[in-house]
Amino acid sequence: MAYLDHAATTPMLPEAIEAMTAQFARAGNASSLHAAGRRARRTVEEARETLAAALGARPSEVVFTSGGTEADNLAVKGLYWSRRAADPARTRVLASPVEHHAVLDAVDWLGEHEGATVEYLPVDTYGRVRPEALREAIERDPDSVALATVMWANNEIGTILPVPELAAVAAEFGVPTHSDAVQAFGQTELDFGTSGLAAMTVSGHKIGGPYGIGALLLGREHSPVPVLHGGGQERHVRSGTLDVPAIAAFAVAGELAARRRADFARDIGALRDELVEAVRAAVPDAVLGGDPEHRLPANAHFSFPGCEGDSLLLLLDAQGIECSTGSACTAGVAQPSHVLLATGSDPELARGTLRFSLGHTTTRADIEAVAKVIGPAVDRARSAGLS
Amino acid sequence: MTENSQRPLRVLAAMSGGVDSAVAAARAAEAGHDVTGVHLALSANPQSFRTGARGCCTIEDSRDARRAADVIGIPFYVWDLAERFREDVVEDFVAEYEAGRTPNPCLRCNEKIKFAALLDKALALGFDAVCTGHYATIVTGPDGARELHRASDMAKDQSYVLGVLDERQLAHAMFPLGDTLTTKDEIRAEAERRGLAVAKKPDSHDICFIADGDTQGFLANRLGKAEGDIVDESGTKVGSHDGAYGFTVGQRKGLRIGHPAADGKPRYVLDISPVDNTVTVGPAASLDVTALTAVKPRWCGTAPTGPGAYTAQLRAHGGETAVTAELRDDTLHVRFAEPVRGVAPGQAIVLYDATRVVGSATIATTERRTRAQALAG
Repeated sequence: MAYLDHAATTPMLPEAIEAMTAQFARAGNASSLHAAGRRARRTVEEARETLAAALGARPSEVVFTSGGTEADNLAVKGLYWSRRAADPARTRVLASPVEHHAVLDAVDWLGEHEGATVEYLPVDTYGRVRPEALREAIERDPDSVALATVMWANNEIGTILPVPELAAVAAEFGVPTHSDAVQAFGQTELDFGTSGLAAMTVSGHKIGGPYGIGALLLGREHSPVPVLHGGGQERHVRSGTLDVPAIAAFAVAGELAARRRADFARDIGALRDELVEAVRAAVPDAVLGGDPEHRLPANAHFSFPGCEGDSLLLLLDAQGIECSTGSACTAGVAQPSHVLLATGSDPELARGTLRFSLGHTTTRADIEAVAKVIGPAVDRARSAGLS
Repeated sequence: MTENSQRPLRVLAAMSGGVDSAVAAARAAEAGHDVTGVHLALSANPQSFRTGARGCCTIEDSRDARRAADVIGIPFYVWDLAERFREDVVEDFVAEYEAGRTPNPCLRCNEKIKFAALLDKALALGFDAVCTGHYATIVTGPDGARELHRASDMAKDQSYVLGVLDERQLAHAMFPLGDTLTTKDEIRAEAERRGLAVAKKPDSHDICFIADGDTQGFLANRLGKAEGDIVDESGTKVGSHDGAYGFTVGQRKGLRIGHPAADGKPRYVLDISPVDNTVTVGPAASLDVTALTAVKPRWCGTAPTGPGAYTAQLRAHGGETAVTAELRDDTLHVRFAEPVRGVAPGQAIVLYDATRVVGSATIATTERRTRAQALAG
């Protein structure tokens, strides 16, 4: 088996599994005042410090959530509500059109139900938002902007967006910026403190931590209106009993992701380049998606003219190669990728995409396996055509 | 010889999420074939949920099929054929009703979707066969050609809805449930034994794309209201209707005719004329059909030459009736040994030679006994 779908989820690191299982048998609600509670609280706070250090943030800026989706929703909806509450004129939401659905659908929901005017920022053919484009959008009416949200790196095509530059532009106008950095964590340098961001989303299971845990890095001057109301555990912006084992394991994975990032990026980038060369050699007309320069080192995204991505997926799966078409699924039914459509890709071409995402378990043998079968698979998928 | 004893094949199993197709896929895998499951997303609204036994291609069906595939231990995918289904089945269904005919969309789906769009894609991707949970049997004849036969259990036989398959389609079809004399309860027990959670799932009924079962409402929504006359055989107006498409030849209920017939006997729909938007009603005896013509024939093998004696089936759950049939100028001319009732243009007639499916055609015109014959008879 060649597992090349690490952007969907990556296996847990042994160190994270160890940290997690060590917590399972221990009792203790981090909000309790007795000894067991204090012990749990200490684990949580140490994890918070570890993650903060890994991401260039202050510990108090780490708000644990149930994952990336919740963190995105909290940032986008919460900041919209709090900014609008402070000034009812602030109803414009500026977003990149290549966002993950956790942002995209939250933003659209604000448009449909909360009176927001959603404006999608123009992107180039690589999916990058230019700082001047954001400036133009804000300058049209600076006082009406509630927030801007632009992902750090795209989950499908791997393009890295110029987030600190964008955040700097927004900051000139006092507009808070949120960035979904779920895919970027561990692959490119993230420093929340110098990013200029108001909020940044990270997730556990994309970096070798467990599922069901994530965090919103949240500048201390920002108080988004909560999405989840309850016990007020996390700075009163996020309620819910803290998941101590998951938090402990997330912190271990996060620390390793930051510490190993440079080596990982270099090594995995070299393997990725081999994969790209191998695919191009086998299928000369394959189109590499995303920015060739500003891209995640573990991502390779291709469009294969005349192919249905679903067909390719089936054929590669039968050969033991696990990858993704890269686009969102509804009841398992492939939809044309909004990311590719936003970058101006031909809709026909956008149907034949594959995303290979490498990770900490990837070896050269995995790349060789793809090199061996990709040519015949594309030939066969082409004969099945676009149905 | 059935397909189960052949060499291992690469098989694409169409899995609806129901018990039959799950057991069929499991049997194909157990027979040593290399099976991949596919759920067809056919609904325009794949996010819908099931309502009892109704609805199709819901998110629950897709998940049920996915779980079954995992229990069987086969890969599983969802293929979106909703657009093809809409064009070839749903629009055809509406157009047929609009033209005053009574179509069977299940036949159309087998002909155009499962054993065309799906089969073609399967073959192109390197599969040898498409497997479904239909109750029918494939037999390799003396000359090596594949023949479609009724299921071993006549009570469950579904060969009627497969009568549209031609030789090529049949060559790549696999029906693992057809050669077993098992009751539905036993199929459910087999599913249970195999650990398939769909064992207790209710059977689906009615037309899959009309989730609430209200065909008239569906047609009224699609075709709009078109008031017209209901007349008797002499042409006298006896009532009115909201759309001729809402009627089926042989229908008795729901005519809403104010005054009774002269003879006081119930009246039935005899004819639907979309041209003048008129529905003709009359006594039961006038429904007796002695002969018919049918068009667009499809043969499960070579087309018959010259007149021949066959048995015919006219509805999915109808009985058999003896006929003589002859193909002239691509039109099938059929004469019944005994008059039959409830024959509606648009329905399929499937011809059998004993248990073997010979072919099918779409009923175009019917020939009724004259009133004098009816009275004498």
